[in-house]
Amino acid sequence: MAAANKKNPKLAVYKFSSCDGCQLSLLDLEDELLDLLGAVNISYFLEARRHVEPGPYDIGLVEGSISTQDEAERIVEVRRECRHLITIGACATSGGIQALKNWADVEQFKRTVYAHPEFIETLDTASPIAAHVLVDFELRGCPVNKYQIVEVLTALIVGRRPQIPTYSVCVECKRAGYVCVLVSGGLPCLGPVTQAGCGALCPAYGRGCYSCFGPCDSANPRALCGHFEQHGTRRGDLVRMLRSFNGYLEPFKQTGDEYESSLNTKQDLGVRD
Amino acid sequence: MRRDGMFAVAKDQLDPLICELAHDGYTVIGPTIRDGAITYDEITSAAMLPRGWTQETDGGHYRLKRRTDDACFGFVVGPHSLKRYLFPSRLKLFSVTRDGQGGFSPDVEPPPAPKYAFVGVRSCDLAAVAVQDMVFNSEMPDPYYRQVREQMFVVAVNCAEPGGTCFCSSMDTGPRCSAGYDLAITELSTSFAMEVGSERGQAMLERVRHEEADANARHLVDLMMSTAAKHNMGRSLDTADLPEILMSNLEHRQWDQAGNRCLACANCTLVCPTCFCNNIYDRTDLSGDHADRYRNWGSCFALEFTYHTGGYIRSSRRARYRQWLTHKLASWHGQFGTSGCVGCGRCITWCPVGIDITVEATAIADDVRESLKRHGSGTKTEEADV
Ligand code: SF4
Ligand code: SF4
Ligand code: SF4
Ligand code: SF4
Repeated sequence: MAAANKKNPKLAVYKFSSCDGCQLSLLDLEDELLDLLGAVNISYFLEARRHVEPGPYDIGLVEGSISTQDEAERIVEVRRECRHLITIGACATSGGIQALKNWADVEQFKRTVYAHPEFIETLDTASPIAAHVLVDFELRGCPVNKYQIVEVLTALIVGRRPQIPTYSVCVECKRAGYVCVLVSGGLPCLGPVTQAGCGALCPAYGRGCYSCFGPCDSANPRALCGHFEQHGTRRGDLVRMLRSFNGYLEPFKQTGDEYESSLNTKQDLGVRD
Repeated sequence: MRRDGMFAVAKDQLDPLICELAHDGYTVIGPTIRDGAITYDEITSAAMLPRGWTQETDGGHYRLKRRTDDACFGFVVGPHSLKRYLFPSRLKLFSVTRDGQGGFSPDVEPPPAPKYAFVGVRSCDLAAVAVQDMVFNSEMPDPYYRQVREQMFVVAVNCAEPGGTCFCSSMDTGPRCSAGYDLAITELSTSFAMEVGSERGQAMLERVRHEEADANARHLVDLMMSTAAKHNMGRSLDTADLPEILMSNLEHRQWDQAGNRCLACANCTLVCPTCFCNNIYDRTDLSGDHADRYRNWGSCFALEFTYHTGGYIRSSRRARYRQWLTHKLASWHGQFGTSGCVGCGRCITWCPVGIDITVEATAIADDVRESLKRHGSGTKTEEADV
């Protein structure tokens, strides 16, 4: 690790309920890592180094959702010791995949999964960091795009606005010249309602977007899902599509809930006899 | 000297033509099949053309289809147009580096402009280039655009079989190419009828086997083109009074319906061969010593695009759809003296939910024309919405 430079901002990286993939993206910055180490002091980043410098910190990156009482208390402390707080990844910005429990019976999950459910302390919901404390900037994605991390850190250090688009994945898809898998292949692609940032990774490989970056600005999932429904996608599948990574974010949540409450037949649910 | 008239060229001369273009240093761009569509890509031989293929298009729908014959150009436009070559989706404009003495050293050398030969370009796309010329190649020319434009070679193709979303004949831009090409092909069953549009085209024609076409061939081409224009367009649009009707009915209920269906995904603008909006943005590196300025495709459907000091001026999808459609079909006339739509149908085909510019504009226009007939009043007045 480069020697600490007193003038550089102090960076802290925190983990809450998550898979570590977003922090790993930071370590995966092979070409930029040395530049990054020259520009910030890594003061707290347990996945990268055991050495910990005491707070307060200039920049805090937070991965993961709040899904336990302990986390709900810890995030308040984290907010107190960071001047700028940036959440990274779907878990931190929407609750993530674990937010699927928000629609389920958590007690039943505990009994089904764990031999000793009485040892498990968990909240009934997994929620985004911004539902608990003020967040200065959010980076979406499961996982985040590592270049967006560099961009937001660079912007913060230089003192300019980060160039993080909030328009749809379709914009990146068309700029790259990919052939639309929805129009030419009839795949239910969520790109038109999903925030850009991945570079249209899934369409690049001939697959529909799964919306791991969550809703874009002005997203209209109702109209898109209505179109999919007309073309044969079952309502139960639409609910599952909307709820995979970012289902707890609006307007995905409302659309998913509306579809769920309209499910009544086995066919709607996609149950195969 | 450029020769007028029409020439008969055997189909096996297409490959030599492509080779001759490549020999002259052109990067040859032509239609080819990629990922389930006929796209523009670099081609090195006639074998890369989608021979024997066509497409089925409708609102939000595109499928490749086998033809019953082995026509070389038996299809129409795909998702790409010449736009992506003349006005690339991302272009570095310049960069600056700190010189260590408190100043900056700029690097403003424009990126080298490739020398393209475009093969298989349709009439609507040539019209679209003429429209984009007014933006990028007029008083304040874009150096990159101008250079690509000046050195490009065009082998155009007349459309005998317009596609399901084509309406160039309504917009007076096709299906027969009238300008902007070096060579233009009409594909007949056993040969090409070729017309020459420039001295360069003439010189290129001399390098492949050809002969004077007979009167029959000329009549046949005329007949094919008038039939295509009159009877085979997938869509149509009555443009009479359309600019006035649209601009004086900005609160028509049809805008609400379109706004409810529209995803604001921007696909229509990005596939449109005349849409020119772009974003300029800067990238700085972590050291703060180096910055690059880029230009990339923007869209009036992006919320950020409508940001002015103080807020977003078109925050609803309805407002953005209306801005786009009225710009294409109405306010473009005031701005550039022409329509912003050349009738290529791409925005219809590649809209994920199949919103159709001809249907939306016609719904408003018919309603207004109808009420004009009934009441004789100028415009439909309605409650302004908030
Ligand atoms: S493939 Fe998906 S992301 Fe790409 S343009 Fe089509 S709908 Fe949008
Ligand atoms: S709009 Fe006209 S010129 Fe363009 S592809 Fe269709 S028929 Fe051909
Ligand atoms: S508005 Fe639509 S039909 Fe008209 S030129 Fe653009 S893409 Fe083609
Ligand atoms: S009209 Fe269609 S392609 Fe255009 S922004 Fe709306 S949904 Fe997207």
